[in-house]
Amino acid sequence: MSTYSVSDASAAAAPRAAVTLSNLSGSYGVGLAASLAWLAFGLSCLYWPDVGDWSRTGSLGIGAIVIAAFILFGTFSADYLGGAGGALRKRAPWLLAFGAFVTLWELATAKFAWLPLPFFPPPQAILEVYTDDLPKLLDSVFASIKLQLGGYIIGATIGFLTGVSIGWSQKVGYWVHPVLRFIGPLPATAWLPIAFFTFPSSWSASTFLIALATGFPVTVLTWSGVASVSNAYYDVARTLGAKPSFLVLKVAIPAALPHVFVGLFMGLGSSFAVLVVAEMIGVKAGLGWYLQWAQGWAAYANMYAALIVMSLLCSGAITLLFRTRDRLLVWQKGVVKW
Amino acid sequence: MVVSSAAEAITYPAVGAELDIEGVSHAFDIDGAVLPVLDNVSLTIAPGEFVALLGPSGCGKSTLLRLVAGLEKPRTGTLREDEVRIAGPHPSRVVVFQDPTLFPWRSVWDNVALGLEAQGILKAQRHRVDDVIELVGLSSFRNAYPHQLSGGMAQRVALARALVNDPKILVLDEPLGKLDSLTRIAMQSELVALWQRKGFTTLLVTHDVEEALVLANRVIVLSDRPARIKADIAVARPYPRHRGDPYLADLRKQILGLLGLEATW
Repeated sequence: MSTYSVSDASAAAAPRAAVTLSNLSGSYGVGLAASLAWLAFGLSCLYWPDVGDWSRTGSLGIGAIVIAAFILFGTFSADYLGGAGGALRKRAPWLLAFGAFVTLWELATAKFAWLPLPFFPPPQAILEVYTDDLPKLLDSVFASIKLQLGGYIIGATIGFLTGVSIGWSQKVGYWVHPVLRFIGPLPATAWLPIAFFTFPSSWSASTFLIALATGFPVTVLTWSGVASVSNAYYDVARTLGAKPSFLVLKVAIPAALPHVFVGLFMGLGSSFAVLVVAEMIGVKAGLGWYLQWAQGWAAYANMYAALIVMSLLCSGAITLLFRTRDRLLVWQKGVVKW
Repeated sequence: MVVSSAAEAITYPAVGAELDIEGVSHAFDIDGAVLPVLDNVSLTIAPGEFVALLGPSGCGKSTLLRLVAGLEKPRTGTLREDEVRIAGPHPSRVVVFQDPTLFPWRSVWDNVALGLEAQGILKAQRHRVDDVIELVGLSSFRNAYPHQLSGGMAQRVALARALVNDPKILVLDEPLGKLDSLTRIAMQSELVALWQRKGFTTLLVTHDVEEALVLANRVIVLSDRPARIKADIAVARPYPRHRGDPYLADLRKQILGLLGLEATW
């Protein structure tokens, strides 16, 4: 009996010890390496002199070393930091890769100019844009959000209502479907020249174009969603005493929602494209305009800075849309995680 | 007529309605050709009676149920519920289909509440939903979504969704057809218990002769398409019935013969 228990215990203990050991070297090792990568980034900023004239090199180097210290501290006290510790451990490989990337970037641009210079600005130049040109950048961000949000909401609402009407009523379908087929596939940007002289302001013209770019996919997907609802659902609802309004609001629309969200997602993508083009060509504000302006002054650091912000905004908008969908469509199995 | 229906109502202490099917014929247009499915079907079902419709596959049984539900109008003939002509769907005649057709975006509770919500009386009568979920034994699943339920549970939810309306006529279109045989036997007993307790008139379409004999007061055998009534057989046996009952075995043999399957006996 005792021999059994002893051998059992040792057999059970051996793999567990191995697991914790590999865990140790694995998680701590990567965290340590990530910390070192950021330390290397910081030191590379401070050790060599810049080949150009940038004012934020010193603070960037110090900032990188502070980040390295945080990673180091977080790695070794992850077990006591709860959720934040776990999150850090999970992202340690990414922190390592990113630290290595910025180090390489720093060396290739500011220190040894392996990449041709005004076109590939170093990290400190981009940091400089965020610190010194912040008001203008923020103004552009707000202008873009305002324009995008207005156009998107108008387009999504009209697209949704049109889609439901076509899907529900044959009469509406008869009249709207040909128009949709004629106008819909046209890229919204093709309307740009006409829109800018027919609308009273470039802002209203751009809103119209963004709404158009959003509206088409939302209409088509909503329509196909409503049209594909199984008749069995309507039969069930009708025998339970449902009136036509109930059939539309409580059967057709909820059943079509998964399709609607695909349309909203596609509309978001195409409306971003229209937003940037409209801002570059007509509207004198927004991130698209900022990009155009930066290019005019050959301010490449500003362009990269604006691109990063734009990417974060677009990605954030899609995240928001997917979160909304996940909340509304909890009843679905296996939805795509963004 | 009034006297006899009152007498029936005493026999079945019930809320059930009388169902009159009178000279009903129906046909479908398929690619320009007329396909007759029902041929002069007449049938009177007493309040609270449990009637099973048996017939070969595709003979038009389900079409007859759709007419009773009011989902379609017959080409000729009339259907009446308690002397009132059936002109469209009404929550007093609820159908349970072969597929549970639960709304996947609604929880069990919300699915069951559908009828009351559609009629605009849910707010005042929420307890009816709770009661009927309790009745079918799914209280612990009230917040589950349909994809989380087994086939038997989903069909019980569909039954609860029908029963919450206190139907006068319950129309069952092979409701147990897709369940495994054990769940099916259990659900048959539950169905009889619910019917005896609630007293609604029941019209059941099934392929399963044994199921018809275990459940129904009367078995109507239909012919091949277009469906006509071939036989109207009373099953005078008390509940609960036993599958091995020689009386039922006799009837089973007789019905299989009517369906052209005596060789299988």
